[in-house]
Amino acid sequence: MNQHTNTKNTSGKGEEEITSVVNRRLFLRSAGLATSLGTIVIAAGCNDDDDDPMIPGTGDTVDLGSGDIGVLNYAYALEQLEAAFYTQVIQTPYAGMTDAEKAILTDIRDHEIVHRDFFKAALGDKAIKGLTPNFSGIDFSKKDAVLGAAKLFEDTGVAAYNGAGKLIKDAKYLLLAGKIVSVEARHAAVIRDLIKPKSTDFAGDDIIDMNGMDKAVAPADILAAVKGYVKETVTGANVGK
Amino acid sequence: MDIFKIIDKFQQIDGDAVGRLEYASRRHFMNRIGSKLAAAAIPTTFAAVVNKAFAQSAAAVDVLNYALKLEYLEDEFYKAGIAAANLIPASDKAIFTQIGKHETQHVAFLVKALGAKAEPKPTFDFQYGGAFGDVFTNYKTFVTVSSALEDTGVRAYKGQAGALISDPQILEYALQVHSVEARHAAVARRLAATLLGNASMKGWITGKEGAVAAIYAGEDNMEQGGVNIKGLASKSDAAITEAFDEPLTKEAVLAIAGPFIK
Repeated sequence: MNQHTNTKNTSGKGEEEITSVVNRRLFLRSAGLATSLGTIVIAAGCNDDDDDPMIPGTGDTVDLGSGDIGVLNYAYALEQLEAAFYTQVIQTPYAGMTDAEKAILTDIRDHEIVHRDFFKAALGDKAIKGLTPNFSGIDFSKKDAVLGAAKLFEDTGVAAYNGAGKLIKDAKYLLLAGKIVSVEARHAAVIRDLIKPKSTDFAGDDIIDMNGMDKAVAPADILAAVKGYVKETVTGANVGK
Repeated sequence: MDIFKIIDKFQQIDGDAVGRLEYASRRHFMNRIGSKLAAAAIPTTFAAVVNKAFAQSAAAVDVLNYALKLEYLEDEFYKAGIAAANLIPASDKAIFTQIGKHETQHVAFLVKALGAKAEPKPTFDFQYGGAFGDVFTNYKTFVTVSSALEDTGVRAYKGQAGALISDPQILEYALQVHSVEARHAAVARRLAATLLGNASMKGWITGKEGAVAAIYAGEDNMEQGGVNIKGLASKSDAAITEAFDEPLTKEAVLAIAGPFIK
């Protein structure tokens, strides 16, 4: 962040450039994209008005921390997203949601809320703050959009836990992550089966490799993939280290 | 310095080179390639990476052979089920073909990973000493046994995570297989729910409910991370137990699987 700021500050600006920077800032904010990009632009453009409530401060970057705490916070961050997503799904059901679908999605919502609150309680004062989800790209009124997003979140959750497992040092935490990841995999399979019933998709060739293995993805890649769904910038450079 | 040419050469000698490369940690491999290695050093690096992928502690060998036994059981079970005439209806064939494919792949992977240390395939009795006498003629029985095997598989892999903590790469493979078993279990359970008319049998395990009691023992656990989480987030006990799958010890799993093995 500082590097970017310094580069920008040395460039020197005319009136016109500052205006365009401000416009971009407003645009980014309205698009719900006041993430790292927004912060950089703001820091560069407006050095003297840090009190402006429009300007996100450093609080907009959430560092997951290091070691096992980092891994648990990483899981907590993902569970926060999932819990918020399904809460919204049940609050504003898509057109034509059947009772069976509602029962499944309500179950999943409850599981994700339990996961979220469990991590929050387990982490205590080491827990990251509550994140602000950004689901503006998801049309909650449409079944395809909701189930498509659910599939993405569940598959991502599975890959994230699978990729984080080997970063965990304490066997107790590893087992806890294991207890949760298989539930996420069950969710993923059921959501996929709702989208394409009785097909091979529940464990489709798009996600399971030639060795019959699910994906395992490193935290940095997962965080990049879910970036658009969180207003804060979540950084996890030291997760598991 | 054409890595593809080198791999090609390896393939001429060893047909499985590319497959084995898949098992190797890609990052580790790429990091090494990315460093300032002379072209001449590359084949050595390649061999080192492949060896590293298969290097394993005694504990890991033990876990892998245990997993292999269960994967053999699943693989043979689906092979027999798919081969049985008039057992699996056409509408559900895709599901079991996909599950069976993965079990075959798991066996192949474990056999390769273990190499000479792989234990031989046992002979199985899928009628479970007569308890599931109609397993390959009655679809309901077949699906019930399938869901039981998959849920056991999930619990078995989960129970071994701790034993693999000092073999990070093997742990990761185990986790990658573990979640696939959970996907299988979810779908098999939902099929069983429909066939048995048991609506409470969902993709996830509620309390310790299940067709075969021993397989679900302890699934109603309410203590996580040493804390009783009853009432967490104002959710029901049912929802809380569904949110966590529980491990099974090797002894418990082998006791469950025992009657399947002749």
